[in-house]
Amino acid sequence: MAKVSPTKIPMREQPAEERVRNYEEVPFGYSPKEAILEGERCLMCKKPKCIAGCPVEIDIPGFIQFIVDNDFRGGIRRIKEKNILPAVCGRVCPQEEQCEKVCILGVKKEPVAIGRLERFLADWERDQGESELPKKPKQTGKKIVVVGAGPAGITAAADLVRLGHKVDMFEALHEPGGVLVYGIPEFRLPKSIVFREINFLERLGVKIYKDHVIGMIRSIAELRQEYDAIFLGTGAGLPWFLQVPGENLNGVYSANEYLTRANLMKAYLFPKYKTPIVRGKCVVTVGGGNVAMDCARTALRLGAEKSIILYRRSRQEMPARDEEIHHAEEEGVIFKLLSTPAAFHGDERNWLKEVEAIRMKLGEPDDSGRRRPVPIPDANYRMPIDVAVIAIGNSPNPLIPNTTPEIEVGKWGNIQTDLETGKTSIPGVFAGGDVATGAATVILAMGAGKIAARSIHEYVMDTIP
Amino acid sequence: MIKVIEISEIAPNVHECTVEARDIATRVKPGQFIIIIPDEYCERTPITVSDWDPAAGTITFIFLSIGSSTERLTELKPGDEIYSLTGPLGKSFDMEKFGTVALVGGCYGIGGIYPAARALKELGNKVVCYSEARSNFLLYWDKKLEETSDEVKYATTDASKGYKGHSHDQLKTDLESGIRYDRVIAVGCTFMMYRISQVTRPYKLKTIVSMNPIMIDGTGMCGACRIEVDGTTKFACVDGPHFDGHLVDWNIILARRKAYLEEEIVSLERKNYGEGHSH
Repeated sequence: MAKVSPTKIPMREQPAEERVRNYEEVPFGYSPKEAILEGERCLMCKKPKCIAGCPVEIDIPGFIQFIVDNDFRGGIRRIKEKNILPAVCGRVCPQEEQCEKVCILGVKKEPVAIGRLERFLADWERDQGESELPKKPKQTGKKIVVVGAGPAGITAAADLVRLGHKVDMFEALHEPGGVLVYGIPEFRLPKSIVFREINFLERLGVKIYKDHVIGMIRSIAELRQEYDAIFLGTGAGLPWFLQVPGENLNGVYSANEYLTRANLMKAYLFPKYKTPIVRGKCVVTVGGGNVAMDCARTALRLGAEKSIILYRRSRQEMPARDEEIHHAEEEGVIFKLLSTPAAFHGDERNWLKEVEAIRMKLGEPDDSGRRRPVPIPDANYRMPIDVAVIAIGNSPNPLIPNTTPEIEVGKWGNIQTDLETGKTSIPGVFAGGDVATGAATVILAMGAGKIAARSIHEYVMDTIP
Repeated sequence: MIKVIEISEIAPNVHECTVEARDIATRVKPGQFIIIIPDEYCERTPITVSDWDPAAGTITFIFLSIGSSTERLTELKPGDEIYSLTGPLGKSFDMEKFGTVALVGGCYGIGGIYPAARALKELGNKVVCYSEARSNFLLYWDKKLEETSDEVKYATTDASKGYKGHSHDQLKTDLESGIRYDRVIAVGCTFMMYRISQVTRPYKLKTIVSMNPIMIDGTGMCGACRIEVDGTTKFACVDGPHFDGHLVDWNIILARRKAYLEEEIVSLERKNYGEGHSH
């Protein structure tokens, strides 16, 4: 075998100066030749660590071997044994924290580009036309309901339907997909990919009811009468704000609102689509996570001359993926680190005009192990801005806890679950994803959906006659 | 899919629409709302449910054509299917025996108070409705209100029916003349609800207002509908939409309602002058 390249085969992408003017996806993905070259970097470890590093336990060396053998059909089949959303995960999973982090090759060189290879197979399959369906399983006669058609719910539904259960799914919004459609922007995850994955789920036999807000149109108690088990994947809830003066001025958005307007409601195509969004010349996004990067990059595409990130700690503590920070920097997002708003100031018509920021320095590490930001006295500064987006997180969705008094809820309004099984305090009711853990990643929600599906299967087979 | 049964303009720019929505019709309570998207391109628009018939499986709502999405809604015909309709959403009014209750409705809120009047009456309350408009030809559902409540008081600014002026002046006059209420509920434009709250404040008369801020998802996710109540942030879609009018920060609400005026004009002009989508 030829000498292994020390670095990943690079993935071609749209040049930064072009892509800030469109909503098209940024990276193009590997060609078959590039994929095989990258696949050949895999050491095919006898005891691979990457599989355990994957929340949904994909047989990673297995699918890479298929790529190397030029059997892409075999490769995608191998992935789909574990993961129904490879086109999504290949794009948005933080592989550097998971499978690629523990890759043995990564000890001395760059790890194998597992995410890019996963994406390659998913895109290859899309280009072949309609994806193939697995053999229809023997039906168990059990009925299961999944509440919320986001990453957790989609994964749970896919696993359960493939185990032979009848699965119905309720979605509150007018499109299924959860954060994949309302949150993550088109340029990072094209919606056509999400809809294709959802369509696959429907072809597997899952029935999706849109515009159904569970808790309002049906109670959990009613669902328990009708179904043998329930999975709750109702996702993110109300956004957190900074609690500083001026946060209710016009022009101050939560990240959830900003992204929902832009993505789900397609405000970037205004006025063809009628949902408006304020197109600021100078947009400040507060926060340092992936969502903050999405907002700052969306602002540029909506025509902002300046898109600035204010983050209270330093670059090192930023929770966003390196790739996202890198893309944002390339596109011209300005990072003002060790800064946080003290107040927003408006004009007489209540429109945002200025942000007043506090400079910070780093003190001792806090509970999260990151160094705590400490304000520097008398170092406030002001900046004229016309839009601010607060991207500092959100609490779990409140609707099920509010309308289901018998369910146990944690300190942050999250539904209490056993992490090993997804069980809630109500027998037969399981939960996972952001509604159980608070805001996290797509793949962690999918992992929780998978765990819950396994224990729902055990529950309905063992305890329901 | 949700199908339109009946739709008509019952007063200038006031539209009444009845749709088949069996699940909602059997569950909705007074004060709850739905979110409608007339077609793929439109906004998610929250609208109060004003009447329902569980046996027929229908719900009825009143809306004003005030933007391009509500204008599109007026173009629907019986038999048409609505792209998206979600509900019921929000909490209902607190419903119990209070004694004598004044219900104040203006514009879409005349329809908004109707189900509350019906339910409060059934609970044994004495129900007095205040129905207001600029002129008598803009009033609607007079008969429906009269049939359900003990008394309906009209106010028109041109004196064409009932009291000359606004319902807040009428309520003020009534309170000054010694009429006593145990609770007031106001549904209508923000300014009217604000004025009603000002009138009842000196009497420490509990006043519930039905807030109608801009919403996107309406399910407790986006935070667009945040308002300040008693110094804390509340979200109208899941914590409301009904709040104590004496505790609401009105300045913020009045300003936030106008946030998208310019975009609305662009969207409407585009529709009316040629570039609009085809349907």
